Amino acid sequence: MDATILGLLVADGITNGVIYGLLAITLVLVFTVTRVLFVPMGELLMYAPLTYALLVDHKLPGSLWLGAVLLAAWGVLDLLAGARRISLVLFAGAAALLGAGAWAATTGFPILAWVLAVGVVVLMGIATYRLFFEPIPHASVLTYLILSLGLHFVFQGLGLVFFGPEQYRLPPLLPGEAQLGPVPLPRQNFAVYGLALLWVLLLYGFFSRSLYGKALLACAINRRGARLTGIRIRDAGRVAFTLAGLICALGGMLLAPLTNAAYFMGFLPSLKGFVAAVLGGLVSYPLAAAGAILVGTLEAFSAFYASAYKEAIVFALLLPILFVQSLRTLEIGGVEE
Amino acid sequence: MRRWTVLGLVVCVALAGILGAGYAQAPRVIRIGVVVSATGPAAALGIPVRNAFLLYEELFRDAIPGHRIQYIILDDATNPTLAVQNARKLIAEDRVVAIAGSTVSVSALAMVDVTGEAGVPQMAMGATQNIVHPVDEKRRWVFLLPQTAASAIQAVTLDMRLRGIRTVGYIGFNDVWGEEWWTSLSQAAPNLGIRVVANERYARADTSVTGQVLRLLAARPDAILIGASGTPAILPHRTLRERGYRGIIYHTHAVGDPDVLRVGGKDLEGALLPVGPAVVADQLPDNHPSKRPALEHKRIYESRYGPGSVSQFGAHVHDFWLIVRPALERALRRASLDNLPAFRAALRDEIEATRNLPGAHGVFTYSPIDHLGHRFEYSNVFVQVQGGKLKLLRTFLPRQ
Repeated sequence: MDATILGLLVADGITNGVIYGLLAITLVLVFTVTRVLFVPMGELLMYAPLTYALLVDHKLPGSLWLGAVLLAAWGVLDLLAGARRISLVLFAGAAALLGAGAWAATTGFPILAWVLAVGVVVLMGIATYRLFFEPIPHASVLTYLILSLGLHFVFQGLGLVFFGPEQYRLPPLLPGEAQLGPVPLPRQNFAVYGLALLWVLLLYGFFSRSLYGKALLACAINRRGARLTGIRIRDAGRVAFTLAGLICALGGMLLAPLTNAAYFMGFLPSLKGFVAAVLGGLVSYPLAAAGAILVGTLEAFSAFYASAYKEAIVFALLLPILFVQSLRTLEIGGVEE
Repeated sequence: MRRWTVLGLVVCVALAGILGAGYAQAPRVIRIGVVVSATGPAAALGIPVRNAFLLYEELFRDAIPGHRIQYIILDDATNPTLAVQNARKLIAEDRVVAIAGSTVSVSALAMVDVTGEAGVPQMAMGATQNIVHPVDEKRRWVFLLPQTAASAIQAVTLDMRLRGIRTVGYIGFNDVWGEEWWTSLSQAAPNLGIRVVANERYARADTSVTGQVLRLLAARPDAILIGASGTPAILPHRTLRERGYRGIIYHTHAVGDPDVLRVGGKDLEGALLPVGPAVVADQLPDNHPSKRPALEHKRIYESRYGPGSVSQFGAHVHDFWLIVRPALERALRRASLDNLPAFRAALRDEIEATRNLPGAHGVFTYSPIDHLGHRFEYSNVFVQVQGGKLKLLRTFLPRQ
């Protein structure tokens, strides 16, 4: 093994690791704030690039219909609860989403399609919370897990209906290659690194400087305490899911050009993100991010040395982690309040 | 008054006659089960098969007088467990006389146990040899439609020798398909003086194969064979080119598909692969026994699904029809549809009795010890991807 190969393997590992890291951060964020293990994030990740691919191909993808239906359902719920003005806004939003979709499909304008693809996934993230998790605010972690597992299967099935079983190829954000020392790297990798770094900084700023971020942290640390100081748990959940949708959508848009996008592409990355999040005990952002890089690098090197056993090696990583975690007995999830 | 009675009588008799004739000719339904991978990673191969069966049912459902042929098409989502469930359902609930499928080796192989136990003829479309070889108690019931890897690899290694290739690297799926190509390659290559210098694996749903590709590059092979199928075969090819590999890249015959070429685009340019003659029907020389059936399939399939839609896998349905239709006719003379086990057995015997039948993918001759049915010279041609299309490079027809 020479420096070039080492460099390429590390770069490949870090690129995949960054994507897993984004997913791991999402998982930790959503879990700490709402106690939901957000399994369908893999599907949100897949919806964004496929929506984009269909829009650019002058077709109106079914995901926009799904987004509109979810928004409309949310509007109906609010209407029943008596919030007429909000529900009107939501109905208008659903109509606007379809209108923008039709417009983007006829023009096939890439930037519009990009924004719309990311936007609809963000809306789906928050609407998922509003429709499925918010009505049962005090359920157990297990109930949430079963619910989100169900959503995973529904979203994946719908993905198959919307986008068909075939793969799509997305053009990279930054085409071409750049030379980094002895290592030639696709420019797209730098787009991945850059955006991930930007995200980490933004999230850091969000949590340390803004009131919303601090409220979110407070919720994560102690829900009852947060509620006593006047933070609405409901709003915290919505913010968490909005962020989750955004991270998933951007992750998907970054990942898709590196491989081919298809309706089944989301599950494995989200599973590896889960491994990384477990490395961080499902509570720590830095540990989850570091874990994701470790998973990605381990994957790259096991692909090099023993490609037939790659997945087995990555998932076998869970065993020692769970063992160590069980010794440390961090009090996570489980019984609350 | 009298006249009216006579007229009424005539009308009654005529009506009775029509009804009676109608009743006597009410077609007996012959149900044939089809299991395809129309979703999941191998969907690009299963979809043309499903499309072809839908079309052939529509066109030829009344081809056997007094009978109506009905295909019951189930999707196994590229999942062997589901394929087995589908096979059981088709046999027990739908009482099919035969099963076609599945389109993926792993699934087809998994179904052999079920069809062999129940005694139902199976026409498999996965292309590994161990589905039908050796012909034992269970495999008596299964026949293969596609060319096997072992036969296609012969075409690949012949081409390698003609190009003077000394060393070859291998990357393939970590499943039966990848393993079959690896075994075939590692057995065939040394006999031709070609050294196999690397053996790597990846999964259909993988997002990166950089590690494997670097390992391949480190071995510096003259050529690389990608033992994959469908759109997932593109990823290693693209990564190899991105990492600066300039050598020749070979693919399997499960890649010669319009969908794969569309998704692969420029990346696949120059790739070499063996395919069945049906894929390049109009480029075949006139003395090729498959030319006529292949063109016929092309005409039928493209009349519905548009020009350029014909593919390796859709053409298996044409061969299925060419083989099964006469077998059905002969079986109907020997056994009654009311006694299903006996009819299935008769159909099996009649399929096995197929001799020298020119199909879209070669000349089929089954026998009690050979359920592969193909002859290498007729079943394989060699093509190159040029301008997003498959261009015929050579056939292997015996010299006359």
